Amino acid sequence: MTKLYMESLKEKSPKSTIDQSTIPDAIQDRGKSMSDKDKQKKDSSAENTKRKELTENLKITVRNFNFYYGPMQALKNINMEVVTNTVVGIIGPSGCGKSTFLRCFNRMNDTIADIRYEGDIHIDGQHIFDKNLDVVDLRRKVGMVFQKSNPFPKSIFENVAYGMKINGVKDKNKIAATVERSLKHAAIWDEVKDRLNKSAFALSGGQQQRLCIARALAVEPQVLLLDEPASALDPIATSKIEELIHELKKDYTILIVTHNMQQAARVSDYTAFFMLGELYEYDQTNKIFTNPSRKITEDYVTGRFG
Amino acid sequence: MERHLDEEMEIVKNDLLKMGIMVEEAIQNSIEALKKQDARLASKVISDDERIDEMDNQIEEKIIDLLALFQPFAGDLRFLTTAMHINSELERIADLTVNISQRVLELSEQPMLKPLIDIPKLAARAKHMVRESIDSFIKHDEKQALDVILSDKESNQLRTMVIQELIYDYMVKDASTVTRAVPLLLLTRDLERICDHATAIAEDVIYMVQAKMVKHHRADLKKPKSQKAE
Repeated sequence: MTKLYMESLKEKSPKSTIDQSTIPDAIQDRGKSMSDKDKQKKDSSAENTKRKELTENLKITVRNFNFYYGPMQALKNINMEVVTNTVVGIIGPSGCGKSTFLRCFNRMNDTIADIRYEGDIHIDGQHIFDKNLDVVDLRRKVGMVFQKSNPFPKSIFENVAYGMKINGVKDKNKIAATVERSLKHAAIWDEVKDRLNKSAFALSGGQQQRLCIARALAVEPQVLLLDEPASALDPIATSKIEELIHELKKDYTILIVTHNMQQAARVSDYTAFFMLGELYEYDQTNKIFTNPSRKITEDYVTGRFG
Repeated sequence: MERHLDEEMEIVKNDLLKMGIMVEEAIQNSIEALKKQDARLASKVISDDERIDEMDNQIEEKIIDLLALFQPFAGDLRFLTTAMHINSELERIADLTVNISQRVLELSEQPMLKPLIDIPKLAARAKHMVRESIDSFIKHDEKQALDVILSDKESNQLRTMVIQELIYDYMVKDASTVTRAVPLLLLTRDLERICDHATAIAEDVIYMVQAKMVKHHRADLKKPKSQKAE
């Protein structure tokens, strides 16, 4: 699994659909000449760097992870890795454990009575179930946005400033600057800049959702968990959220649970298919949606069940 | 579970099958016309092409609709993109039968240069390859598709043989044969092009079934050795 994942990532070319090595050197290097030997040397060292980059760039690793609600096992022996600044789409039928899984990363499940877990989840090498770990710190680092937008009954400005204020930030200029930056980052600044003191409830559903994303961004998280962030939105608001996700992955690592297969296909770099608490397939998104390795994944993505 | 999309894909499959039969018939008629120097039959092939063109448009529109409306994934996506390719390959084959028929019209005024043996053989091969490739599509049979691809070599050899014979045994020796030899040469090349299109269909079928791109990698393809019992 790990190897496959690494290999597939290596093959990914960022700017072009064409494998760069197929383009004649004359075009590629604009006349620069390079002997085959040099080229080989260069290729293999580039490959090594890439490989090194990958192992150093793992944001999240999940190892032999099990999760129980009382006697019911909701997640079964999950193993996966998430590379920094990528988007992972999590798909699967209702009740397959995808939201439970997502909520593990910021320990949102801790509030539920009678839960139990085994195995490890590391974020930046930090074991998130470590007894000495401050959960508030973890949640600052791992932001979350839910299906139903849930702004506080406060002004637009206060909604975004809230996290900083409870974290003890007093400097008004700093707060104002961060609010502006977060709202811009969440692609909603232009729509709200003239009414920052109005109630957040005056915004449309799509705007409220982007406000919630801005609020999550204000505390400068590194990982964003999105639990069906667009399922209650109209197509235009949905496409704004999707564009936003595409922009945000430059700075954040994003995990998104979605029931909308087309959405998973559009926004994610990697897709994880869950069923009955198991991770059945985890691969590059284009692979999952053109040629999944397992029959059961194929049946799910083509709508034969679910 | 029978899905709505399954019904729609079945329709596409049937339409392509019909188009395949029409195209086969066009190959058959164009070569019959050649053998019998039948200008009327050749004209019929040319006029019938309109129906195939019309069908090409309809099938393509249908597939574009399905892509837009169902946004298919995985096997469904590969089926529909393959169907789209096959549709245009068939249409091009039909255009080649029109070319052949035009050559037949040119030839029908003059006595035949020589008894035709290898050209009908090549035509039969072309027709067979088209049938087999469409059949492999309908049956999702990658082995059958592979056989089509591998057999293309023989049609190339046959074409080269025919063309060399026309050049060296006729045109070089006697310049007065050129007006009758050139149309034969051109239609021989067209017949071989038909084989190439059938091969392209077979390559698409392998992509559809195995999600493996084999076109432009024909050198890598080998006939599977009799496999050991698994």
